[in-house]
Amino acid sequence: MLAFIIRRLLQAVLVMLAVALIAFTLFRFVGDPVNQMVGQDTTPAQRAELRESLGLNDPVPVQFARFIANAARFDFGRSYQFKQPVSDLIGSRLPATFELSFVSALFALLVGIPMGVYTGLNRTSILSKLFLTISLIGISLPTFFIGILLIFVFSVTLQWLPSFGRGEVVDLGVWTTGLLTVSGLKAIIMPAITLGLFQMTLIMRLVRSEMLEVIRADYIKFARARGLPDRIVHFRHALKNTLVPVITITGLQLGSIIAFAIITETVFQWPGMGLLFLQAVQNVDIPIMAAYLMLIAFVFVVINLIVDILYFVVDPRLRVERAVQS
Amino acid sequence: MRIRNAALAAGIAAALLAAAPASAKTFKYAFQGVLNTLEPYALNETFTLGTLGNVYEGLIWRDKDLKIHPALAESWEVLSPTKWRFHLRKGVKFHNGNDFNADDVVFSANRVRSKGSDLTNYLNADVKVTKVDDYTVDFELSGPNPILNYQWEFWYILDKEWTEEHDAVSVTSASDTSPNYAALHANGTGPYKVVSHEAGVKTVFEKNENYWGKVEGNADRVEFTPITQDATRVAALLSGEMDLVYPIPVQDIPRVDGNQGTRAMTGPELRTIFLGMDQRRDELLYSNVKGKNPFKDVRVRKAFYQAIDENAIVKKVMRGLATPSALMISPFLYDRAGEFKRYPYDPKASKALLAEAGYPDGFEVGMDCPTDRYVNDEAICQAVTAYLARVGIKVDLNAQPKAKYFAKILASGGYDTSFYLLGWTPSSFDAHNVLFSLMNCRDDSGAGSPFNNGGWCDEKVDDLTAKILVENDKTKRDEMIYEAFKKANDDVRYIPLHQQGLAWGVSDKVDVAQRADNVLSFRYVDVKE
Repeated sequence: MLAFIIRRLLQAVLVMLAVALIAFTLFRFVGDPVNQMVGQDTTPAQRAELRESLGLNDPVPVQFARFIANAARFDFGRSYQFKQPVSDLIGSRLPATFELSFVSALFALLVGIPMGVYTGLNRTSILSKLFLTISLIGISLPTFFIGILLIFVFSVTLQWLPSFGRGEVVDLGVWTTGLLTVSGLKAIIMPAITLGLFQMTLIMRLVRSEMLEVIRADYIKFARARGLPDRIVHFRHALKNTLVPVITITGLQLGSIIAFAIITETVFQWPGMGLLFLQAVQNVDIPIMAAYLMLIAFVFVVINLIVDILYFVVDPRLRVERAVQS
Repeated sequence: MRIRNAALAAGIAAALLAAAPASAKTFKYAFQGVLNTLEPYALNETFTLGTLGNVYEGLIWRDKDLKIHPALAESWEVLSPTKWRFHLRKGVKFHNGNDFNADDVVFSANRVRSKGSDLTNYLNADVKVTKVDDYTVDFELSGPNPILNYQWEFWYILDKEWTEEHDAVSVTSASDTSPNYAALHANGTGPYKVVSHEAGVKTVFEKNENYWGKVEGNADRVEFTPITQDATRVAALLSGEMDLVYPIPVQDIPRVDGNQGTRAMTGPELRTIFLGMDQRRDELLYSNVKGKNPFKDVRVRKAFYQAIDENAIVKKVMRGLATPSALMISPFLYDRAGEFKRYPYDPKASKALLAEAGYPDGFEVGMDCPTDRYVNDEAICQAVTAYLARVGIKVDLNAQPKAKYFAKILASGGYDTSFYLLGWTPSSFDAHNVLFSLMNCRDDSGAGSPFNNGGWCDEKVDDLTAKILVENDKTKRDEMIYEAFKKANDDVRYIPLHQQGLAWGVSDKVDVAQRADNVLSFRYVDVKE
C-alpha cells in the first residue's frame, strides 16, 4: 500500500513538471507583458530595461529552471499587474472558487440523482421527457450563454438575484465565506446553477442508464418476488448499486468544476481564481498564469490519487493482483 | 468548537456593522478594467491615475471641462522663461493628519523621477526643484517649457513622512522582490479616502470630512467593482445594482436609453483613431510588391485615404458614436483644428491615383489590428479592408488581442508591420505630445518618435516640434503647430479616421460629469434621494 502511494506520488511530481513545461512553452505565444505594464509615454529604452529586469530576455530553459526552483519553495513571484505576491493573490481568491465549486457539485448531485432515478423508473411519463429535454439543453448550451440568459431573466427582468459578485462576505481569518449572509447566498445561486448544470445533466443521465440496467437484474426481480414494497426495491436495492460509478464520476468531475469555473466566474464577475486567471491571460501576467496552472494540475493530481487509493481500498481484486505479482 | 463559534459570531457581527450605514449616500460604479494598484507612480494610464485623483492631488487639477485650476499650489508665476515659482496652499492635511508643505513637493519630485516610476516624463530629469520656504517651491528648467504644468494633475504629491515611515520611498515595480506599502494603501490630500482595496475585486472610498476645498457632489461612500464582461456590466446597471457603468458597448446604447431609470451618457473622447503605413523600409514586410515600397509614394497613401468612406464607418460601425477626424489631435485640444478638412471619399480618384503611381490593378498588403483595445477596433479594420478591396487593394487582415498586437508593431517587436490601426490621446492635452510621439523621425530601436511605427521622417516637422516645445507665445506656437500638422496632412503621412466617443450607462438616481478623457471624478457625483 505504501509503495503504491509513493509510486503514485512520484508520478504526480512528473505530471506537475510536465504541466509546468508545457505552460512555459505556451507563454511565449501569449504576447509581451511589458507593453501592458507601462503607459504610452514610456520610451522603448525604458521598456527594454524593464523586460531585462523581469528576466524575460533569458532563454526559456533558464526561465523555466528559475520558476521550478522558486516554485519548489512555494514562491511564485509577484504579479506584473498587481505588484503583489502571487501566492497572496491566489490565496485570497481561492475560497470564492472552492465555495462556488462545492455548491455547484452539491446542486448537481441533489438535483441530478433524483431526476435520474425518476426518469429511470418512469420512462414514458411526460415529466421524464421534460427532464430529458432540460438535460439536453444543459449539455448543448455553452456555459456563458446560460449565465447571460439567467442574468437577463432573474436580474434584469425580475430583479430577484444579483447579476455579479459574491455579495456580502464574512471574513473568518484564513477563509472568507459568502455562505453566511443573505446577499452572499443570493449571489451564489445563479453561478452555481450555471457551473453545475452540465454536471447535473451528466449525473442524471448516468443514474438513469444505470437504473435502467439494474432494474432488469435478477436480484431486483427476486426482491419484487419477495413482495418488498417498491420504495425499498428502488432506493435500497437498485439506487445503491447505481451509485458506484456516480461516486467515481463525481470525484473526477469536481476537478473539472474547479478548473472550468473560469467562464462562469467571468460571466458573473465572481472574484475567484478563474477570473484572476482570465485577466492575467489578457494582460500576459505570467506569474499568475503559471501559479494557477500549477494549482489546477495539483488539484487534479490529488483527486486522482485519492480515487486511486479508494479503488485500492474498495476493490479487493486490485490487492489480490498486486499480491500475485509480487 | 467554542472558539470557532465566537469567530463566526464576530464575523457575522462585522458583516452586519459593515452593512449598517445604509442611510449614507452610496454611489456604486463599475468599469471594464481593474484598479491594479494604489501606487500613484506605477502606471501612466488614465483609468488608474484618474481614479487615484479622487484620493491624491497634484499641484493643479482639471475640472469637468479639463480647465486647469489651482489645487495644492494656490498660485504660480513664471519668474523667467526657465524659472517657475509655485506658492503652495496652507493648512492642507493628508488623510493621516500630517501637514502638507514644500518638503512633500520636493520629495515627490524626486520620487516621480526615480527608478521604477512610469511617470518620469511628467517632470524632466534636468529640472531642478528647490524649496524656497515651507510653502514656496521653485522649478528651474534647462529650457523654456510653456506646458510645464499641463500634465501635473496626475503627478500626485505624497506625504514624505508617511512614505518614509512605511518604507515605500522606492516606487513599486514588478521587478521588486519586497511588497510595497503604497501599492495597497493610500494617503493623499484629496476629497476621498480609500477605506479598503482588494485589487481586482472591490475598492471602497469614503468622503474626507477634512478636505480643504469645496466639493460639488454629495456622495458619502463610493464603491468600485471591476466588471470585465460587457453584457454583465450592462445587466448590473439595468437591474439597478449599479449607479454607473462604463464603457457600454455602442450597440447597447439604445437599450440603456430605452430602459426605465437609466440613460446613456455619450460624448467625444480625446482619442484619435488612425491608420499608419510603413514609409521607412525599402520593401514592405507584408506585400506582394517586391523591390520597392508603395507607401513611399504620396499618391498611394492618398489613394488609401480617399478609398475609405469614414462617414459610413462612423454611422455603421460606430453607430454614430464618433466624429470623423481630419487631424491627428482632438479639436478640443487645438484651437485651429477647424481649419483642417478631410480629403473626400472618392473611390474613382483613388483608383486614378493608384494607376498613376503604377498600380492600376492594386496590390496586396498585410494589416495589423487590435481586437480589444479601442471601440469596435476589429470591425473598423474589417470595414477598411472592404473599402480598399473596391479599389483593388487586397488587405490581409491580422487582428490579434492587444497583448500580441503591441508586441508586434511597437519597437520591442522591431516595428513588424506594414499597415496598422492605432489610437492616440496626448497625455499632456497638447499638440506637442502628438508631434513628438507620432510624427518625428526615429531610428530602428525607436529612439526619436517611438510610436511613429511607419518610421516616416520629415526634418521640417522635427524642427518645428523642437521650436514648439520652447515657444512661450501662444499665437506663434499655434502657427507652428499648424504648419507641422499641415505638412503631415499634405503628405498624407497618416490617415486619421475619427475621434472615438465615450459611452457611459448612468442610473437616473445620480448625476455625474463626463470628462473627455474618460475620467470619473467623484467630486461631481450627485446622489439624489
